[in-house]
Amino acid sequence: MSPEINDATFVTLDKVSLVYQQAETSTLAVEDLSLSIKKGEFVAVVGPSGCGKSTLMKIVTGLINCSAGGVTIGGKPVKGPTQGVGMAFQNSTLLPWRSTLDNVMLPLEIVEPHKRQLRRERDRYEARAMNLLRTVGLHEFADKFPWQLSGGMQQRANVCRAIIHEPSLLMLDEPFGALDAFTREELWGVMQKLWMERRFTAILITHDLREAVFLADRVFVMSKRPGRIVYEREVDIPRPRTLDTTFEPHFGEIVHELRERIVEVKHS
Amino acid sequence: MISEKMILRIMPWAVTVGIFVVWEVACLVTGVAEFVLPAPTAVWAATVKFAPQILHHSLQTLFTTTAGFVLAVVGGMLLGVFIGASKLVYTGLYPVLVGFNSIPKVALVPVLVIWFGIGTVPAIVTAFVISFFPIVVNVATGLATIEPELRDVLRCLGATRTEILFKIGIPRAMPYLFASLKIAITLAFVGSVIAETVASNEGIGYLMLSASSSYNVPLVFSGLVVVGIMGVLMYAVAAAFERRMTGWAFRGSDLMT
Repeated sequence: MSPEINDATFVTLDKVSLVYQQAETSTLAVEDLSLSIKKGEFVAVVGPSGCGKSTLMKIVTGLINCSAGGVTIGGKPVKGPTQGVGMAFQNSTLLPWRSTLDNVMLPLEIVEPHKRQLRRERDRYEARAMNLLRTVGLHEFADKFPWQLSGGMQQRANVCRAIIHEPSLLMLDEPFGALDAFTREELWGVMQKLWMERRFTAILITHDLREAVFLADRVFVMSKRPGRIVYEREVDIPRPRTLDTTFEPHFGEIVHELRERIVEVKHS
Repeated sequence: MISEKMILRIMPWAVTVGIFVVWEVACLVTGVAEFVLPAPTAVWAATVKFAPQILHHSLQTLFTTTAGFVLAVVGGMLLGVFIGASKLVYTGLYPVLVGFNSIPKVALVPVLVIWFGIGTVPAIVTAFVISFFPIVVNVATGLATIEPELRDVLRCLGATRTEILFKIGIPRAMPYLFASLKIAITLAFVGSVIAETVASNEGIGYLMLSASSSYNVPLVFSGLVVVGIMGVLMYAVAAAFERRMTGWAFRGSDLMT
C-alpha cells in the first residue's frame, strides 16, 4: 500500500443491522455488518444485486439510521445526515437550470465556511471550480447547461460537484454505471487522478469488479440479503494504474478471485 | 416553395379565418335568422357600431380578470409551496382543496354579492377562486417530485429544508408554475365573465346579458369573440413569459408555445 495513507481509522461500522419496515412485513436489509476504513483510503464494496449496497451507503451518511450497531466518522458517532459528505450517484442529478460551473459550485453555497465567504470571494471560488473542471477536461463546457453535455461529461461534472468543497468522505454509488464501456474506463482514470491529487477517503459502491479493482485499495464483498461483509481483498497494484494494468495477469487474478466469491455468495 | 416553418406559422391564422368563412357560408346557405345565429359580417358590423361600449366593458373585464389572476398567482404559489414542502400540510389541506374546486364557481357568485355587493369585487374574487387551483396543484407537484438522490446529496452537504426548498424545490417548480399560468389565465376569464353576467353593471358579461335581453344577438356574439381574443392574447403573454423564464425546461423544441 502506498505510504501516504495514514493508518488512523476514519470510518467504522460496528455490527450494523438495518430492518426495513414496510406495512406488515419487515425485511432485514443489512445484518451484523462491520468494516473500518482508514483516512485517505479508497475502498470499493461489491456484491450481488439487491444485497443492500446502496443501503450501506445511506447508513454511512446517516440518511437512514441503523436498527442496531453503530457508525462513526472521524471518531464521532453518526446520528443524522452527516454534514459535508460528497455524493455522486448513477443518475447525475445536475440541476438543468444551472450551467455546469454553477452546478459544480452548488455545495459551496451550502457548506460552511464557504457559504459565508462565497459572496465576498466569488472570483477565488470560481477559479477553484474552473480548475477542477480543467482537471476533468470540462473547462470549455463551464457555461453549457447539463442537457447540452454527453452522459460522460455530466458524470464528470457530477464528480466535480461531489468534491468541490473538499469533503473528507466521498460516497460513490455506481457513478459510472450508466455509461458506455469506453467512457466508463476513461472516467476511472479521471477519478484516480482526482483521488491521487486530493487523497480524500472514498467509498465506491459498484457491481463492476474491474472498476472496483482499478480504483480501490481494498475491495469488500457483500453477501446477498441480509447483507454483510463476507470477504475483503487488498489490491496490491501500484498507482497510477492504467488501462494496460487491467490486462496484467495480477489484475485478472484479483478480479477472478472476487468473482468466485460473488458466485459462491449467490449460490449459498 | 413555402417552407415547413412558414406553414407552421400560417396555420393558426388560416384555421381561424377558415372557421369564420365556414360560419359565414353556413349562415348564407341556410338563411338562419340573425337573432339565432348572426353571420360573422353581422357580428363585425355590431362590433363597429358599439365599439366604444365594447371597449369600455372589455377593459373592465380585462381589469377584473388580471386582478383575480395576479391574486391567484401570488396565493397559489404560496399555498403550493406550503403543500409541496410539507407532507403534513399536504395531507391536511389537499382533500379540502379538491372539495372546494369541485364547487361550480357560478354558485359562489350570489354569496359574493351578499358579501361585497354588485360590481367589480365579485368578478375579481370569482376569477381568483377559479384560477387558483391549477396553480396550487402544479407548484405542489413540482416541489413534491424532487429526485430523492438530489435531496440526499443536499442533505449530506448539511442543507436545511429551507435551503433545499430555495435551491432546488422552487426553481424546479417553475416550469410547472408557468404551465399552470397558461391554464389559469383562460380560467380567470371564465370566472370574471360568469360573475359579471350574474352580478355586475360593467364588463363583457354584463354587456352580453343586456344585449341578449334586447335581442341584439350580433352584439352578444361580438362580446364572445372579444373575450376569446383577450383570452388568446393573455395566453400568449403567459407563454412568452414562460419561455423567457424557464427556457431550460424546453431544450430547444419549437412547438411548445
